[in-house]
Amino acid sequence: MAAMAAAGRALRAALPAGLWGRLAPLPGAPRRTAAHFAFQPDPAPREYGQTQKMNLFQSITSALDNALAKDPTAVVFGEDVAFGGVFRCTVGLRDKYGKDRVFNTPLCEQGIVGFGIGIAVTGATAIAEIQFADYIFPAFDQIVNEAAKYRYRSGDLFNCGSLTIRAPWGCVGHGALYHSQSPEAFFAHCPGIKIVIPRSPLQAKGLLLSCIEDKNPCIFFEPKILYRAAVEQVPVEPYNIPLSQAEVLQTGNDVTMVAWGTQVHVIKEVAAMAQEKLGVSCEVIDLRTILPWDTETICKEECFLNLEAPIARVCGYDTPFPHIFEPFYIPDKWKCYDALRRMINY
Amino acid sequence: MAALRALRWRRRLPGLVPRRLRGTAESPEERPQFPGASAAFSDHLEFIQPQVLAGIPVYRVMDRQGQVLRASEDPQLPKEEVLKLYRTMTLLNTMDRILYESQRQGRISFYMTNYGEEGTHVGSAAALDPNDLVFGQYREAGVLLYRGYPLELFMAQCYGNARDPGKGRQMPVHYGCAERHFVTISSPLATQIPQAVGAAYAIKRADASRAVVCYFGEGAASEGDAHAGFNFAATLECPIVFFCRNNGYAISTPTAEQYRGDGIAARGPGYGLLSIRVDGNDVFAVFNATREARRRAVAENQPFLIEAMTYRIGHHSTSDDSSAYRSVDEVNYWDKQDHPISRLRLFLERRAWWDERQERDWRKSSRKMVLEAFEQAEREPKPPPRLLFSDVYREMPPRLRRQREELERHLETYGEHYPLQHFQK
Repeated sequence: MAAMAAAGRALRAALPAGLWGRLAPLPGAPRRTAAHFAFQPDPAPREYGQTQKMNLFQSITSALDNALAKDPTAVVFGEDVAFGGVFRCTVGLRDKYGKDRVFNTPLCEQGIVGFGIGIAVTGATAIAEIQFADYIFPAFDQIVNEAAKYRYRSGDLFNCGSLTIRAPWGCVGHGALYHSQSPEAFFAHCPGIKIVIPRSPLQAKGLLLSCIEDKNPCIFFEPKILYRAAVEQVPVEPYNIPLSQAEVLQTGNDVTMVAWGTQVHVIKEVAAMAQEKLGVSCEVIDLRTILPWDTETICKEECFLNLEAPIARVCGYDTPFPHIFEPFYIPDKWKCYDALRRMINY
Repeated sequence: MAALRALRWRRRLPGLVPRRLRGTAESPEERPQFPGASAAFSDHLEFIQPQVLAGIPVYRVMDRQGQVLRASEDPQLPKEEVLKLYRTMTLLNTMDRILYESQRQGRISFYMTNYGEEGTHVGSAAALDPNDLVFGQYREAGVLLYRGYPLELFMAQCYGNARDPGKGRQMPVHYGCAERHFVTISSPLATQIPQAVGAAYAIKRADASRAVVCYFGEGAASEGDAHAGFNFAATLECPIVFFCRNNGYAISTPTAEQYRGDGIAARGPGYGLLSIRVDGNDVFAVFNATREARRRAVAENQPFLIEAMTYRIGHHSTSDDSSAYRSVDEVNYWDKQDHPISRLRLFLERRAWWDERQERDWRKSSRKMVLEAFEQAEREPKPPPRLLFSDVYREMPPRLRRQREELERHLETYGEHYPLQHFQK
């Protein structure tokens, strides 16, 4: 990394005098936009021992470190994980645990997941990385037709419960079609797997450890836009956050807002705006586990008759994820606020 | 980095490379430095021939009349072992005939026979350790039978009755047995291949004496999962034997429409796999190749590929009528002239280890065993309907518990419209 920075400086120094100055962006020209949300850290927990400042990728590394330390059968594998991973989630692990436990695979997602299933069938713990959630689709057959059904179809003679698949997920500001996808909906109706999406480093470590220890194959999507941007005090020791339990972040009486991953921070802001501008009291819920999801907390057909307005869904549009149009595409706080405002006035 | 240094060295100091060293393998400019491949340079434009006509030879021990061709290749299995091979193949054949018939009569919903491929099953199964982990496709029942899986449980799975260890969840022939290290079969093709590789990787870390064997057909070898499995096995140095049953057809698709190269064995070297092609209808050839591949896979932590050439004498399944796409003459040739069971019987008779009377007696007793198991399986009730809901996850989620209760309530009112009389309570 230092060599590349030095090369950059050398390049700029080598250009004819004044050229770099002339290459500087014009005043008023569009700059790459800042994030559409403000990450809101949770306070440091006291019940899990000493904490350390970690961003999201560091909290993932910490979880993997704990898992590899505790479970001698555990292995971490995928494309480029050996040197630390393209998002630095596996930095230091190969040196610490050895090349037979933290290793690169060939570039083949169907192979990565199939291979991971096989490890899990023997009872060992398999932690597979798919480099971007956008590339999970070659593994769809292995996930849906194999992993999800392994226990059921064998009458519980065999299972791959010790498999966890991790993948960076969601919009990042410039990812476009193939580095921004949130594909959980494709898997959300597949009985036999679990899908988990954390909103923060603190949540991520506890949820990832729960996924790794869960006796069912799990997919863990990591909001990549939070890898560096989200920083919290995270316990150094292992701890678990339960799966299939949504978290009510704020209680309210007038409107309920449910989201997961990055979007939780958007709706937290919307709740504050609603209180301030409209005097509306919002309940804010982080779903956390998409499948099996916490129907009790969220409530559905049982409370259909109690709704005073139709449910609003604020999402991206029915298009592939665009590049330059991202600011218009995403369900930002203004669109959420507007949906809430129209709901109140229904 | 070495290449970069070499390039700069050559450009700045051409006079420093002695004339006698130019044009030899010594100086860096005469040897490719690419990280991706290190073979020598060539200045002759030539495309490599796929060698389809010459091809990888077919290793065999016996001729079609069951005579051992070269004494040194005879595995010299003891009489009891060879008789076990023979009895397993013929018992499988008998079970196939009866269960195929039972499907035609509507007693079971579906069946797949193993006619003509019995040699690939028992020849390879006999060469494995009983604890070696087996991943199959769907036409390897002989492996499970060789390992002692009882007729009762084969039938239970086909009937989906209450004795089925698989709890009636899958179509017939999707067997599995944890005790005998035979992973439950699934319908999607080739998915087991990368799984077998992962299992081999974990086994390598856990137990240096175990191997994994992965069976698949030449059709399944076209799937991306096969490519993935071969490549991962080689790069991750896994103790696995890939066993391809090349039986000439994938349902109606002949091999000429499945691949254009020299079969499956020729793909092995492309991945870095030690590979061999064998006569799949010669149990001893299959045995020898599997035993040696297995031994070395474990000793050297590297994968092996065996392509066993054979012929699918039966239809693909009970849903197939192969007379639609191949001639009766072709099928008869294999049935009469090159059948693994016949060839082994001729070998046995030549050794005076078997005769007409034993053949008659065995046919009678094996048929009786199969029919008894069959009748028992027919009489057995199906498992209770509540087993529809378990094992989706290790623990039953609340939503499934509610759905199970819904079904129970539904059956209280509408039960007469459901075949409850065949199911346990």
